[in-house]
Amino acid sequence: MSVFINKDTKVLVQGITGSTALFHTKQMLEYGTKIVAGVTPKKGGTEVEGVPVYNTVEEAVTKTGANASVIYVPAPFAADAIIEAVDAELDLVICITEHIPVIDMVKVKRYMEGKKTRLVGPNCPGVITPDECKIGIMPGYIHKKGHIGVVSRSGTLTYEAVHQLSQNGYGQSTAVGIGGDPVNGTDFIDTLKAFNDDPETEAVMMIGEIGGTAEEEAAEWVKENMTKPVVGFIGGRTAPPGKRMGHAGAIISGGKGTAEEKIKVMNSCGIEVAETPSVMGETMIKVLEKNNLVEKCKTH
Amino acid sequence: MNIHEYQGKEILRQYGVAVPNGKVAFTVDEAVKVGKELGSSVSVVKAQIHAGGRGKAGGVKIAKNEEEVRTYAEEILGKTLITHQTGPEGKEVKRLLIEEGCDIKQEYYVGLVLDRATSKVTMMASEEGGTEIEEVAAETPEKIFKEVIDPVTGLMPYQARRLAFNINIPNEYLGKAVKFMMNLYQAFVEKDCSIAEINPLVTTGDGEVLALDAKLNFDDNALFRQKGIVEYRDLDEEDQKEIDASKYDLSYIALDGNIGCMVNGAGLAMATMDIIKHYHGDPANFLDVGGGATAEKVTEAFKIILSDKNVKGIFVNIFGGIMKCDVIADGVVEATKQVGLTIPLVVRLEGTNVKQGKEILADSGLNITTAESMADGAEKIVALVNG
Repeated sequence: MSVFINKDTKVLVQGITGSTALFHTKQMLEYGTKIVAGVTPKKGGTEVEGVPVYNTVEEAVTKTGANASVIYVPAPFAADAIIEAVDAELDLVICITEHIPVIDMVKVKRYMEGKKTRLVGPNCPGVITPDECKIGIMPGYIHKKGHIGVVSRSGTLTYEAVHQLSQNGYGQSTAVGIGGDPVNGTDFIDTLKAFNDDPETEAVMMIGEIGGTAEEEAAEWVKENMTKPVVGFIGGRTAPPGKRMGHAGAIISGGKGTAEEKIKVMNSCGIEVAETPSVMGETMIKVLEKNNLVEKCKTH
Repeated sequence: MNIHEYQGKEILRQYGVAVPNGKVAFTVDEAVKVGKELGSSVSVVKAQIHAGGRGKAGGVKIAKNEEEVRTYAEEILGKTLITHQTGPEGKEVKRLLIEEGCDIKQEYYVGLVLDRATSKVTMMASEEGGTEIEEVAAETPEKIFKEVIDPVTGLMPYQARRLAFNINIPNEYLGKAVKFMMNLYQAFVEKDCSIAEINPLVTTGDGEVLALDAKLNFDDNALFRQKGIVEYRDLDEEDQKEIDASKYDLSYIALDGNIGCMVNGAGLAMATMDIIKHYHGDPANFLDVGGGATAEKVTEAFKIILSDKNVKGIFVNIFGGIMKCDVIADGVVEATKQVGLTIPLVVRLEGTNVKQGKEILADSGLNITTAESMADGAEKIVALVNG
């Protein structure tokens, strides 16, 4: 078991003929991901890396039975690509593309209300279930199969956390990058819920950053509902207010969205927060020890 | 992206949002000329900088005649205004807005922002016009009213009416206030604004509803389809290093410290600043070189970091995923050769091709300190810089 994706997930790549998409399609295939189709308008009927290309998502789904999509199309066309995938009733859409205009995502999010599709991202590294399925751009080799769920707003910080866990012998059930944009699909709470229900996951590492109040809301949810320990980290303690720190969503505005506030709320909800990014792994191990989960979670 | 008040008012005018008559002036003579053209009994001379709090800093003056327009224009143009938003160094005034004075009856606040919790645009309004909305939110939150806007329908007239009633706009102004809000929303979505703040919105003695001030910010991600907005960019208002960085697609933000940082990924870049601070150092910048950095980009990033005279050392922190460590190492070596590095450099490499990357650094013969982890790197650079 795992969350969102597993060895049976059949993936289609939207924008597969672009250079970034091609590179990552190769990487995903090498990892063992079942990529069954690609979509690029006007390139239908061709083939790349042994994967058939179709003109529309609908056609690709009908012909191949794909149930998940990963989107690499450029930002100006990404909202259209997401809605096309939702319209084709895929279970899961992972949007890697960054720099999508916010107003476009507001419309996408509204369109998705009541639809069956789960969106992860945009502006995210993707989702990986180690040894089963990797959808996105993360380096596969740092991940080890195991029992720690990881959910994060940042790509490279996820790698850092996963690396620290793997180095110490703690594998991951699934790592989910929810993305750094102010309007995104799957949020912390959706992912925490999934980890809570997943029998393979014993504990969760939750990596947030300045901006918005998603971490605070997630912490309140954890306090009320979570049966598994959660360890946190918040990036941007030293970020100045009013400046967007790379991610469109990472901004302290009107005194809201500071790291201090998030850490305070997380602590008050029983979430241990790592003091520095260097001790995310250590903090998790300490919490596992406290909960007698070391034996269960130590995988290698 | 930010623009000036007068530019914001030009946009509002296009959308039928009422603003006072007025025009920009770059010189004292131009200011006097605009004042004459306006022909109003009272005009307002307003400093145009990308920061709030101009009034308190002496950047807004009421002129009762032509001579006073000249006097105030001379006084404000070229002056450095220090407000709570400019930082202690202040900002030099290079442009003025000369505007018709008006007979203010009452001041209100109206603003549009994205509400992240609902993922929808939200209009906020308050009868505490003229005060900063953060202050109102902190002291009298019950005086702020909100309407969440469905992107399918846009702002509905009943929502605008409800806001107007809630903030006690008198009935005789209601029609104009509703039109004002509806048009403001239209401008917000069509121009891809990230913030549209009218503070104050005023009712006047001759029955008008006007935007006395206008703060419009734009979504950088949407500038590709907002050519007109891009033309409003005023490079004088931006940090030179940030301008250079944007040319190379580098995400750079200048800070006050002395340790330059070069990192891949926004989250890791923020965390790197944090860990430097944790070891009692002071980061000089936020710099995300992005996922697809080339040796050339790394070189440019180095040059930008070094153009900050406060920088006394550099910490490179890379977790190669897609970004390969050997590419970074090549870039670091190339940059060091080109710019002749004389300050300490600590490099931490991890991830894809880390072995090749470390070899390149070791073989370069350059004075580079390597680090085994983020913490190790941060400790080392702080020790080197603080001596």
